[in-house]
Amino acid sequence: MSNVAVLHGGAAKPALSEWTRAGKSLVAARWPLLAILILLVMAVLAVFGPQIAPRDPNRQSLIERLKPPMTADAEGVIAYPLGTDALGRDILSRVIYGARVSLAVGFAAVAIGGLMGSALGIIAGYFGGRIDDIIMRLADIQLAFPFILLTIMVLVVLGPGVGNLVLVLGIGQWVTYARIARGQTIAQREKEYVEAARSIGAQDLRIMVRSILPNVLAPLIVIASFNVASVILAEASLSFLGLGVPPTVPTWGGILAESRDNLLGGSWWLAVFPGVAIMLTVLSLNILGDWVRDFLDPRLRGR
Amino acid sequence: MMLAYIIRRLLQSVIVIIGVTLLSFLTLHLAGDPTYLYVSERASEEEIIQTRQRLGFDRPLPVQYFSYIGGVLTGNFGNSLRARQPAMELVLERLPATLELTLFAMAISTLIAIPVGILAAINRGTPFDGGIMLFAMFGQSIPSFWLGIMLILFVGLGLRALPISGHVPFLEPLFSGNFQLAASNAPETLRYLLMPAITVGVFSLSRNARLVRSAMLEVLSQEYVTTARSKGLGEQIVIVRHALRNALIPIVTMIGLEFGFLLSGVVVAETVFSWPGVGRLVFNAITQRDIPLVQAAVILFSFLFVGLNLLIDIIYVQLDPRIRLQ
Repeated sequence: MSNVAVLHGGAAKPALSEWTRAGKSLVAARWPLLAILILLVMAVLAVFGPQIAPRDPNRQSLIERLKPPMTADAEGVIAYPLGTDALGRDILSRVIYGARVSLAVGFAAVAIGGLMGSALGIIAGYFGGRIDDIIMRLADIQLAFPFILLTIMVLVVLGPGVGNLVLVLGIGQWVTYARIARGQTIAQREKEYVEAARSIGAQDLRIMVRSILPNVLAPLIVIASFNVASVILAEASLSFLGLGVPPTVPTWGGILAESRDNLLGGSWWLAVFPGVAIMLTVLSLNILGDWVRDFLDPRLRGR
Repeated sequence: MMLAYIIRRLLQSVIVIIGVTLLSFLTLHLAGDPTYLYVSERASEEEIIQTRQRLGFDRPLPVQYFSYIGGVLTGNFGNSLRARQPAMELVLERLPATLELTLFAMAISTLIAIPVGILAAINRGTPFDGGIMLFAMFGQSIPSFWLGIMLILFVGLGLRALPISGHVPFLEPLFSGNFQLAASNAPETLRYLLMPAITVGVFSLSRNARLVRSAMLEVLSQEYVTTARSKGLGEQIVIVRHALRNALIPIVTMIGLEFGFLLSGVVVAETVFSWPGVGRLVFNAITQRDIPLVQAAVILFSFLFVGLNLLIDIIYVQLDPRIRLQ
């Protein structure tokens, strides 16, 4: 049995040293470390939002509407560190709750698109022929289509909702993964370790999952790390257009959409804070993505 | 050879267009019977049945699809539910304003990105390079609509430097042959165009700058560049004649795909700046659930997108003869 493990190629490398190497590289690069820190904070906010947020994000208070940030009341207490919106809702709490939707949608959509695309790509590359043709033509059609428009149409018909959003954004991502996975699989298909697995009678599915997948995984991880960033941006845009989630759920894009009506009145805080939250999250993911890419493929370093 | 290639690409485009119409047709039927989108919530059963028959939703799906295709081919995209006018007419009316925005944003994103990316590659590792890459990193991480809101807030309302909404037509008088009006409008058009175009273009500008830089670095490390240098050619000639021409290939592909990407930015930016283009029309159509109007816009954009990509591919072959042989 131990021979079989060796035949599965790169999968059986010592895991510990790889992690140590990653850790050392992270510390040396500094910026990615900061990015991870920011993302951890966002993740904590997303998971423990209800415990952290000082108030109910949907509680309205018309006497306290449009309070600027850090306004102290008569007793010197700062009730709303980031101010309130036109309905008197606490911006800090809303921004904290906003992290939930953004991160959940970002990761879930990438998981769906990544799994679907990688599976189809590996299948296309492994079997070739007609299966390959059909899958790749579908990919071409989707690539030739301004996908945001399809997303908009689907969401208009299905109505807003986290589930629909995740599904549509996820399906929007599969092509990239499929193309990369297919290319990598074709390169691996004829390698000796695949031949070896086949010669000991391994079935196609087993070969694809156990032998090929570990060897085509690296570039897919790189794409996924950037992809989460762009999906979060897309979610924010759609929420801004009112297509994301129902208006009762606070999202960063949704808060920004509501801010537009009060811009002329000078309520800058409504627009600044949720935007900063999106930017910090996406920037961190992009920095991290750069680092992952460099780490997995040192030839690209500094490009 | 060239002709065969173009014919093959044309056929592919036709398949894609058929796919697009099929997708946009099926989307309408995703949620079940689309009749309910066309009647009010309090409509009586009788009214619903009448509407269903009038719109032909009681026919089998394939029949509906072919009559839809027939409509598309003859330029009939159905009427807008709210305006009660042909949907495509409404979309085409707004197209010039959207084209102004898209083309200007595209110009910003490519004309600045190419020289900046080249300079960054040549000066790799210097503070100049670092600054450009930092800027590009931020540019790729800022949600475009937020950038638009910030521009309105600080440049428009704070400095009072540029108008925060409105539009002065340039392409529309140009298309209708009124060159004098177009020319006299141009400076004002530009003033109104600047902030929305920056909003739409910054992401692509940043991505393109990074792309040009890495394509240049890749090419500059190739042996033929070393050969050219060792022949004693001047650095400028090496960069322009040997490196840039080859670095342009991935960049041209990018520009084609980018048009579709810019369009999505346009929908959002037009909403932020109250720009009277197709994007805002679509946005309003979305909020009013005016499906035929959304459909007409989607189809028109897809046609433009597919046409542009076809054009780009033909340019591409000119740049890189190797592709033709595949």
